[in-house]
Parts: sequence; C-alpha cells; structure tokens
Amino acid sequence: MASRPRTLYEKIWDAHVVETRDDGTSLIYIDRHLVHEVTSPQAFEALRMAGRTVRRPDLTLAVPDHNLPTTARLDAAGQPLPIADPESAQQLAALERNAPEFGIRYIGATDAAQGIVHVVGPEQGFSLPGATIVCGDSHTAAHGGIGALAFGIGTSEVEHVLATQTLLLKRSKTLEIRVEGELAPGVTAKDLILHIIGVIGTAGGTGHVIEFRGPVFEAMSVESRLTVCNMAIEGGARSGLVAPDETTFAYLKGRPFAPQGALWDEAVEYWRSLRTDEGAVFDKSVVIDAADVQPTVTWGTSPEDVVAIGGTVPAPESFADPSKQDAARKSLDYMGLAPGTPMREVEVQNIFIGSCTNSRIEDLRAAADVLRGRHKADNVKWAIVVPGSGLVKAQAEAEGLDKVFIDAGLEWREPGCSACLGMNPDKVPAGERCASTSNRNFVGRQGPGARTHLVSPAMAAAAAVTGRLTDVRELAG
Amino acid sequence: MEPVSTIEGRAIPFGRKNVDTDVIIPARWLKTISREGLGRGAFETVRAEPGNVFDDPANAGAPILVAGDNFGCGSSREHAAWALLDMGVKAVIAPSFSDIFSGNAFKNGILTVVLPQEQVDRLMEVAREQPITIDLETQTVTTPFQDRFPFEIDPFRKHCLAEGLDEVGLTMARGDAIAAYEARQSQAMAWYAQGTQAA
Repeated sequence: MASRPRTLYEKIWDAHVVETRDDGTSLIYIDRHLVHEVTSPQAFEALRMAGRTVRRPDLTLAVPDHNLPTTARLDAAGQPLPIADPESAQQLAALERNAPEFGIRYIGATDAAQGIVHVVGPEQGFSLPGATIVCGDSHTAAHGGIGALAFGIGTSEVEHVLATQTLLLKRSKTLEIRVEGELAPGVTAKDLILHIIGVIGTAGGTGHVIEFRGPVFEAMSVESRLTVCNMAIEGGARSGLVAPDETTFAYLKGRPFAPQGALWDEAVEYWRSLRTDEGAVFDKSVVIDAADVQPTVTWGTSPEDVVAIGGTVPAPESFADPSKQDAARKSLDYMGLAPGTPMREVEVQNIFIGSCTNSRIEDLRAAADVLRGRHKADNVKWAIVVPGSGLVKAQAEAEGLDKVFIDAGLEWREPGCSACLGMNPDKVPAGERCASTSNRNFVGRQGPGARTHLVSPAMAAAAAVTGRLTDVRELAG
Repeated sequence: MEPVSTIEGRAIPFGRKNVDTDVIIPARWLKTISREGLGRGAFETVRAEPGNVFDDPANAGAPILVAGDNFGCGSSREHAAWALLDMGVKAVIAPSFSDIFSGNAFKNGILTVVLPQEQVDRLMEVAREQPITIDLETQTVTTPFQDRFPFEIDPFRKHCLAEGLDEVGLTMARGDAIAAYEARQSQAMAWYAQGTQAA
C-alpha cells in the first residue's frame, strides 16, 4: 500500500483520515478553519442552541472582510466609525461577539493585520503546506497555492467543523493541469487561470481536485500560485494545489503563526515529501501550452467566457452546444455587447483592483508599474485600489505605491472584499462596465446590472489609462 | 431536520444551465444572521424577466425545481439552499450539480436528484402541466404519464435524509476517534497542532 505512487492530493488526504466508513466516506481532520462574518452567524447560533462548544478554537481564526466599507475606519480622534448599513453592522457585530464567546482569535476591523481571509491566512503563516484548510467561502481554494488542501464549505459544514474539527467527505477525483513552456512577457498568473477555465469550462473540474503542474508553476511566486488556485473553483474544482517547494518555505518562514526553530525544520522536511510521486495516476489530465496564453479578458457572464485581448466578442452561433448559444445570447444582452466587437474597443467606466484573487503586494506592484507617471482616462469615473490586508497596505505605502495610484487618479482604500461582490458600499452602477481583477463576472455580482470584465492587475491598470480594455503590452516602456 | 420520504407536487420547469448561487440568491441578501426569509430574494434577477417560471401562479409553492447542468455553481453560500427551502423547494432535479451546492442542499434536507439530460428534458415537458413524484426509498422519479426514472444517491446521504439525522451530533459521537487522531498528529506533525497558540 505504502509503496503505491500517490498524488499530492492523496498524500494530504491519507494524512488526515480519522476513520473511514464502510460506504467509503471518511472523517477528515481539519487543521485550519478561517471564519468571516457572512457565513458564520447561523453556525454559531446553531452551536448556542444545541449547547455545543468549539472543539479547537486554537485552530480557528476569525476575520471580518465581506461587509466592511473600504473608506476610513477611524475618526480623527482614533475612534472606530460606525458602519452605515444596519444589516452589515449587525453581521459584523455578530462575529465580533461570537469569536470571543467561543474562544476564537479575532483580527478585528481596525487591527493592522485585518484583511481578506484568504490573504490573511497565508500572510500570517496560519495556512501551512500539507494542511487541510476550510472556510465558508468558495475561494478558500486559494490556499492551495502554498500546497494546502483547501476548500470552501457551507454554513452547516462551518458548524460541523467548529463542533468536531472534522468533515465527512468522499475522496475526490484528481485532475492534472500541466502547463508546458513559459509564459510570454506581460502574461500573468491571472491570464493563465482565465485561459485554463476557458479550456476546461466552469464544470470541468467538478468532483475533482486540481493539481497545477509544470515549469510555469514551479517558477511562479507564492502570490501568483495563490491567484491560480483561488480560481480553481471557477473551473468547478473545490480545490487547486501547487506542490510546496523552496519558494513556499521561504515565503512562510518567520510568519507569526508558522512553526519556529526545530519544529520549523521538521515541518519543512515533511513538506518536501509532499510531491506527486513518479508514476502516480491522475483521473484526468489536461495539457496546456503556455505559449498559447495571451493577456486574457472575459466577454460574458461566466468565467469560462474568455478571449485574448486581441480577440473579438464571439457570435453565439459559434458555439456548438445549443444551450451555450442561448447562454451566450443572454450574456451578450446583459453585457450590452455585439458579436464581432474587438475587445480593445470596449470602453470601461470603472476599475476595481483588489479581491482575494489579486490584492497582494505583487498585484499592486504590477498595477503601479503600469500607472506610474500616467493618469486615468476621463471616461473612467470610478477607480479604486483595495489592498488585500492591512499589512499589504502598509507595505505598498512603504514602497510609495499609494502615491502612484493617487497621482494616477485612483482611490486608495482600506482592505476588504469590496467591489468583488458588493456586499459593502463599493458597487459598480447598473449598465456600466468594470475592468475588475476579481474572480466572478456573474450577472449582478458587482452590483445590480453591473457589467464585469475579469482581467489581471496590469490589465486593469492599462484599462484605467486608456478608458477601454487594453493590451497592457502596448503601454510597455 | 425533517425526515424526507416522498416529494410530490408541481415542479418548476426552470431548465437553465450553469445557474450560479449569485442567481439563486444575490449577495445583497446575505447580510442576514438568520436562515429564514430568504425566499423573497430567491432568483431575483430571473424574476425581473417578464413571464418567468417562478412567478407563474401554477408554480406557487411548488416543492420541486427542474434545472440544467451544473446547478449551484459559484459561491459556497448556504443561503442558496435556505432560499430554496424558504420558497418551499424540497428537491432539485438536474443533470449535474456543483459539489458545494449539493452538499449544502443535503445538509438542509433538500434532495438533489441527478438524471440524464433527456430525462430532465422529459420532466421539463411534464412539469408544464402535471405534478411529479420523487420517492427517496425506491429512488425513483415518476410522472402521471407512467414515466419512471431511477436515480442514484449516496447511501449515507439517503440514510441521513430518510431519518432526518443531525450530522454534527453523529460526528460528535465519534469524539474518541477524533481525540486519538489529535494525539497521533500532535506527536508526528506537531506544527499543525499549535494553530494560533504559536503567536
């Protein structure tokens, strides 16, 4: 048994089986649980009603992110400003109350380390390679970028993990996505994952855990790997993984919750074993040539609706599947786009740089590099940069990136999920377009009637400069 | 949770593919701290379309929803399942479901029935005029026209649904096994055991 070659996913799974039942379901131990304000109130309430406690509060970390306004949080006297929306305020207050009541570490709205849960987890060294990590949020897949088996769960499962530190799961199938070759200059992790979703479709990974393999991922920074794995769920897979390596260890070493001293060395030794064995078999394999990947944008209302920036809006009839033709017609109607329109002629009125997909320091640097010495176009009415965490914000300010954004006419905001899903006041007006570095272009996602074009941070910055979707490579130099 | 046995009644012939959870319940409805009342926001953007199936009086209170491939993709919000429950939907029939949604549905006693596209197409036709019956015990979907479509369901899920079992309570009863795992892990992989105590 032990000698059978295993995939990375199988190794992490096997190390977390508490017990397996006759029907093949396993009770899987959860090493890390991230909690935010939107999907947890009903779980805490259920615990209270049943008189249950949190089994391992020390393996749980609570951070508010979805509802928080990204405007100033403290007044001139340093006092917290009230949240205007009463429902948001109520949800935020519930987490602030529930965390201490159940003994859970809480990083509050005005804490310097506050941020989007998926940015905070790796940044604090709370997320570790080889760990099982869950959160009531589908973009938990992001933590796969450090080699963790990480996936989103519903509120009933949040309750289950709080009470038992386990989940009842069936083993997933495995999907290898191997990218061969090298990405061209100006092509980023975001372009790659959008391209991949275009190839496999939004249901391509359903029932599977994806392992991203090949030289492109090996050469990537941890931050780029987080971006790629973040959007595994947009390809239908609950988790995406990149094997941990020296880049991962260098990233994590010394972070607040990461192991230290002898324990760190032991951990690293174990983490080095977390690679798919030679000869291990994946249930499915997709090979992608990196040379085919261009700076990529979306044209429709599904993340699989992608096209290279040099391309045009497709005609619904160009799809073989009649139901996809119908979906494309509805998408184009919603997006207000005509088939054949060059993507580079699509004007945008809003720019959103942020979200758990693209709000880390590397993302902000990429956007600032494009915006330095330039100014946003007049037709761009609203352009905001929302750092992923307070620590990212501080780092960006230390590098002067905030000044670059402000000088370019963009707004520099406080950390949170923001206009990715518009649960806070940051929304895109109905009928207007947004070049957005977020992860979903669903109908109404950024606000009722909002039209989203998913792009990389550099591409969002380029769109801000020209006022239309733009190939960032044209602005180079 | 209420035990599930037979679900019988009108089925909403929705049929759309890739229905994401933002369509089932838009984000602005997620600010509640309760599980109740989300039916008001369910399918809000679809309901804005004239002649939509949800506002057809024939479908008022229908316990079954018929949808296309990949139903419930996108966000992990369990509010999608709560919104369906609040509308009175107790079962969804589709050719496929997103993994997270089907888990959330199950945990709220909503039966997700996977049938091949041609059978779903047939049910879409029937649903316009007649009720549909889903029987969990025999794992079949039947219509007044003698259609009889068997479906698969995970035996554990079937057992929990039929008995109305509380999964948290079931797992808490395995506390000793969980404690034994924790003891093993704190020996072999202590770096996972320390969590937020590390700082």
